[in-house]
Amino acid sequence: MKRLSLMLGLVAATAAMQSCKMKTAATAVQGDAASKTYVAPGKYDEYYNFVSGGFNGQVSVYGLPSGRLLKVIPVFSVFPENGYGYSEETKAMLNTTNGSIPWDDQHHLDLSQTNGEQDGRWLFANANNTPRIARIDLTTFKTMEILQIPNSAGNHSSPFITENTEYVVAGTRFSVPLGSEDVPISSFKENFHSTASFISVDKNSGKMDIAFQIVLPGMNLDLSHAGKGPSHDWFFFSSYNTEQAYTLLEVNASQKDKDYIVAVNWKKAEEYAKAGKGKKVSAPYAHNTYDEHTQTATSVIENEVLLLDPKDCPDMVYMIPCPKSPHGCDIDPSGEYIVGSGKLAALIPVFSFSKITKAIGDKQFEGDFKGIPILKYESALYGEVQKPGLGPLHTEFDGRGNAYTSMFLSSEVVKWSLKDLKVLDRAPTYYSVGHLMIPGGDTKKPAGKYLVAYNKITKDRFLPTGPELAQSAQLYDISGDKMQLVLDYPTFGEPHYAQACAASLIKDKQVKFFDINKNKHSYVAMGEKNAKVVRQGNRVDVYMTAIRSHLTPDNIEGVYVGDEVYFHVTNLEQDWDIPHGFAIKNNPNAELLIMPGETVTLKFVPEKQGIYPFYCTDFCSALHQEMSGYLRVSPKGANVPLKFGTGETAETVAAK
Amino acid sequence: MKRLTKAGLISIPIVVLFLSTLWLAPMWRIDMRAPQYPDGLSMQIWINDVKGDVPIINGLNHYIGMKTIHRDDFREFVFMPIAIVLFMAGGVLVFLLKSKRAYYIWTAAFLVIALCSFTDFYLWEYNYGHNLDPNAPIKVPGMSYQPPLLGYKKLLNFEVLSQPDLAGWFYCAAGVVLTVITFYEWKKK
Repeated sequence: MKRLSLMLGLVAATAAMQSCKMKTAATAVQGDAASKTYVAPGKYDEYYNFVSGGFNGQVSVYGLPSGRLLKVIPVFSVFPENGYGYSEETKAMLNTTNGSIPWDDQHHLDLSQTNGEQDGRWLFANANNTPRIARIDLTTFKTMEILQIPNSAGNHSSPFITENTEYVVAGTRFSVPLGSEDVPISSFKENFHSTASFISVDKNSGKMDIAFQIVLPGMNLDLSHAGKGPSHDWFFFSSYNTEQAYTLLEVNASQKDKDYIVAVNWKKAEEYAKAGKGKKVSAPYAHNTYDEHTQTATSVIENEVLLLDPKDCPDMVYMIPCPKSPHGCDIDPSGEYIVGSGKLAALIPVFSFSKITKAIGDKQFEGDFKGIPILKYESALYGEVQKPGLGPLHTEFDGRGNAYTSMFLSSEVVKWSLKDLKVLDRAPTYYSVGHLMIPGGDTKKPAGKYLVAYNKITKDRFLPTGPELAQSAQLYDISGDKMQLVLDYPTFGEPHYAQACAASLIKDKQVKFFDINKNKHSYVAMGEKNAKVVRQGNRVDVYMTAIRSHLTPDNIEGVYVGDEVYFHVTNLEQDWDIPHGFAIKNNPNAELLIMPGETVTLKFVPEKQGIYPFYCTDFCSALHQEMSGYLRVSPKGANVPLKFGTGETAETVAAK
Repeated sequence: MKRLTKAGLISIPIVVLFLSTLWLAPMWRIDMRAPQYPDGLSMQIWINDVKGDVPIINGLNHYIGMKTIHRDDFREFVFMPIAIVLFMAGGVLVFLLKSKRAYYIWTAAFLVIALCSFTDFYLWEYNYGHNLDPNAPIKVPGMSYQPPLLGYKKLLNFEVLSQPDLAGWFYCAAGVVLTVITFYEWKKK
């Protein structure tokens, strides 16, 4: 009996051991999660979520709370799917002073604002590798403008905007020498600089221009956010590597206990620029704009920028010490609190704008960094969030006095109170969260219903697809006291920052098709009667039309090897969702997608004689498969006259 | 000559007013709906024009070889306004003559115009629905595409609803007024 009970006890103990498993992800999901993210067929999502594409160079658009992918907007990378960067009209969008660059690393997004609230007009996107900023129109979801940023490298703290979209900023992550001087890398301290560029945005057209660049010491500007309300005039940039290391940064840029939050008074800077305190220097950069009337992009190389040196402009820049290589630099909805997130810190410092102003007034400085005054840490500090977790990166706000900080190392989201800096809740992320996003979470009026975590590591979240996996995003319901994980969904490229706005803000102003009567493209064919083929030397322009279910002309002869053939395809349809595509065999280019009322051009230089079929690639109608034609390419010097048409056969010609 | 009653007299400007709406609103509408057109397509027939999603409907009709609809192809858009204007002028005459017999003739004229226009509309629909291009890409044996004169019909993937539009209802109301008053005048001998 004793032995039996001993055995039973052993079994019980083993069973207990068995139930002592590590906590798994499955336990993180509660029962009603599905109903919170289910958007029934035919129903719309509540939010548009614009997600940066990271190394795919594009912007993805998701619906929330369903996590459904709605669109990929081509921005900094070519997009063979619709011909962006391949069509003659869009090639200029990717032009830079170093020629066409067909790729970039797209990190952050910001939606345009009026009075600190989203206005649903434009979306700004940065390119990190070859510094550029793009503006996307939210009625067409098209990239309308790309501006190159000179005197910069690693355009990371960008494209954050001021409260009324007065400026969009670009800050240098990798300090470089200004101009194109050839200097040794070891002369970093003397010759290398970071710049904070302020790009003005035209109130009506959205057109961007580099207003001025503030020249800062060689260091790495990481992230930024504009002040709001009381701090309206200020912009805050986090910095790291104020050690000014130029090799093995991992160690050499992690030496100092504190780096800085760079506080820039952009209103002052604006005044200095107007007062002529700046220096105009030669700095070529590309400015590419897409004209909605001619439906064509042009690239202009601009030559000058205005540099502002803090030495000549007192009271324009201050340094606020911030522990351990700060990353995120986030301003709460009231504009009073500035949250710096030291990647390696065990606490989160929260600075107070009113204390900063006071400290500046009282000259509470502890020294200077290359001539820029450094405020005393305590004089600017509101308080510290103690033991928040490991590896704080980014903070968003819910508009109810709470902040949410992503913790990269401890892989969690931590909710804390701005009032008393106490941690209120923590929720695991899967895995290693980077940016967070609450719709309007960086504006004056956040919609604190959902939070999305954009994770850097995916591992086992989805069906495995070999070594290369999609990224993982997680949606949390934050409407209650406790954060609740409600959805996992894959994202592409590597999302960094994201933005979201209420669907109602932009849904009803979507352009459904382009009015063909307003088509001012130089090669438009207004109706089939105007379709034609024109030769000028070895250039052949095909003015082609597309309408269900034929292309005009669909038979073309009299083209020779080596001719430059331009297919200018006009989609004559005037109805929503009837695009036509265009592709031709053996063309070392991409295809075109032509929206109703639009004209788009594909270049083809045939290298061999032969018959080249072309066709509509977008399944447009029941007779889509019939929507095709032939181009005959004859040898150079052959005596084949130029001939084109649709519906003509040998019989009909003979009958005439 | 028997004189019109007061009611008869008042009815004349009312009828004229009702008919004048034909220049302010469409008289007929044909609505179409198919799965891929969730918002539907609509064609409005005015006294002198055809409006609405005509280009889209024309685009669709090419599959079945139906003739495209163009305003300039309809002589009705010239005749109808003339007929209605003449009819309204006739009303002024009846009003001045104040004669019962003139009123009866006027009503008869209306009925003739109405009958003619409906017959014309029917023939127009018949022609469009039956005279199909023999080379049309889609040929369904035994299928014709005549829209309903009034009411609902299913044509392939489309549901079609044909009914009077605002001015059409006023037109009908004018007919009702004329008929009722004619009976009234007749009884009040």
